[in-house]
Amino acid sequence: MGKRTSLYDSHVASGARMVDFGGWDMPVNYGSQIDEHHAVRSDAGMFDVSHMTVVDMEGPRVSEFLRHLLANDVAKLKEPGKALYSCMLNNQAGIIDDLIVYYMRDGWFRMVVNAATHDKDLAWITQHAEPYGIKLTERQVAMIAVQGPKAREKAASVLPAALRELALALKPFSALEGEGLFVGRTGYTGEDGFEIMIPTEQGADYWQKFLKAGVKPAGLGARDTLRLEAAMNLYGSDMDEGVTPLESGLAWTIAWEPNDRDFIGRKALTSQRDAGPRRKLVGLVLEDKGVLRGHQKVVTSAGEGEITSGTFSPTLDRSIALARVPVATGDEVQVDIRGRLLKARVVKPPFARNGKAIVKV
Amino acid sequence: MSKIPADLKYTKSHEWVKLGADGVATIGITDHAQAALGDLVFVEPPKKGRALKAGESCAVVESVKAASDVYSPLAGEVLEGNESLNDTPENINKDAYGAWLMKLKPANAKDVDGLMDAKAYEKFLADEAH
Repeated sequence: MGKRTSLYDSHVASGARMVDFGGWDMPVNYGSQIDEHHAVRSDAGMFDVSHMTVVDMEGPRVSEFLRHLLANDVAKLKEPGKALYSCMLNNQAGIIDDLIVYYMRDGWFRMVVNAATHDKDLAWITQHAEPYGIKLTERQVAMIAVQGPKAREKAASVLPAALRELALALKPFSALEGEGLFVGRTGYTGEDGFEIMIPTEQGADYWQKFLKAGVKPAGLGARDTLRLEAAMNLYGSDMDEGVTPLESGLAWTIAWEPNDRDFIGRKALTSQRDAGPRRKLVGLVLEDKGVLRGHQKVVTSAGEGEITSGTFSPTLDRSIALARVPVATGDEVQVDIRGRLLKARVVKPPFARNGKAIVKV
Repeated sequence: MSKIPADLKYTKSHEWVKLGADGVATIGITDHAQAALGDLVFVEPPKKGRALKAGESCAVVESVKAASDVYSPLAGEVLEGNESLNDTPENINKDAYGAWLMKLKPANAKDVDGLMDAKAYEKFLADEAH
């Protein structure tokens, strides 16, 4: 038996099929993954993301520490509650993890990292925080992501009255704290919505309230098809310590300026940038019938590549994928599916966002 | 709880077999299998005329989640693959025992007796869950 979140019984009561995910028993679907996917694109769905790791970082030098630890620059965060997406790199510029960091107030940041990388992340962070005298505190919370075009309205209707208007007024990638809750206008689906941290003992109660407000439970299955349509990388599939942000479609998350900011991996990343990376991450749409999957071989005129994650896209009604291919790859490639070479088109992701297909099929 | 019709035979790899009076075996995947796979989005049924060994991979069913092989419960020759599933793979989710994958002419009709009956399959599923 794996670890259980405080919402385990709620999932079972909603008819979830539970599976192991990085040592956690998590819901993969509650019946139909495709229905759950469409609910998020067209209305509102919710995901239990309590398994993710939340770490508070405090100390007078915490900003200085994070400017060294992360490839993106927390100095961009001026207002309390503002969030930043970043990679945490090793000295070779390989990606240890991707994460979101919130500026809470001077001397206090909050970081959310992946569940599957919990141990190695904390070891790395602890090691590097030590010289800066940072106090690290892991927070145990229930976390529910409510996502979809109607998500904010439906979720806000059951928040404490004092928070309601403030939550609805949040700008994208911002958060607020109050009444024991932490509400961020963030997500992993390509839709609008909130990610809400709740005291563990109140998690199941909020799950019930969201259900009553018309939010549909959605599992890890739908979470994967939604994030892939939105072309959001999954750590461990689309990137790992063997690749850099430049090879992972994440050049936009590297803060090169100011020039003298010495972040971990900067030297290796600069060399790669100057030499020109040899591989890039692209989107694929399968022209033939079938389903693209991770690790399938991609054949291009510029050499071979590999699919990092692939699935059937419910929004496009086609199979889509992210693939790491040679930089010179053109518009057409072939994918080896069980020994047959099928035709796929190279596209600029995302495939779908905000309820709509973005790529033409 | 998945459906397990009493008049069919079953394999450990979750295929079902119905032997007709004409000696033709109709074969598909079980209700348990479709529920475990989730929403099916692609099916590649076997080609007509193909000679299969018992236990040989003969078809692929893909859900949103993953691709799975289907294994022939019996040795024999494929009389027909259900091509209509190319456009409507979801029919397997709706009715696993109606949406068959292939019709097979068994090399030896008696081989069917070696498969599990409904009761044995039900027990197999219960044991597998533990």
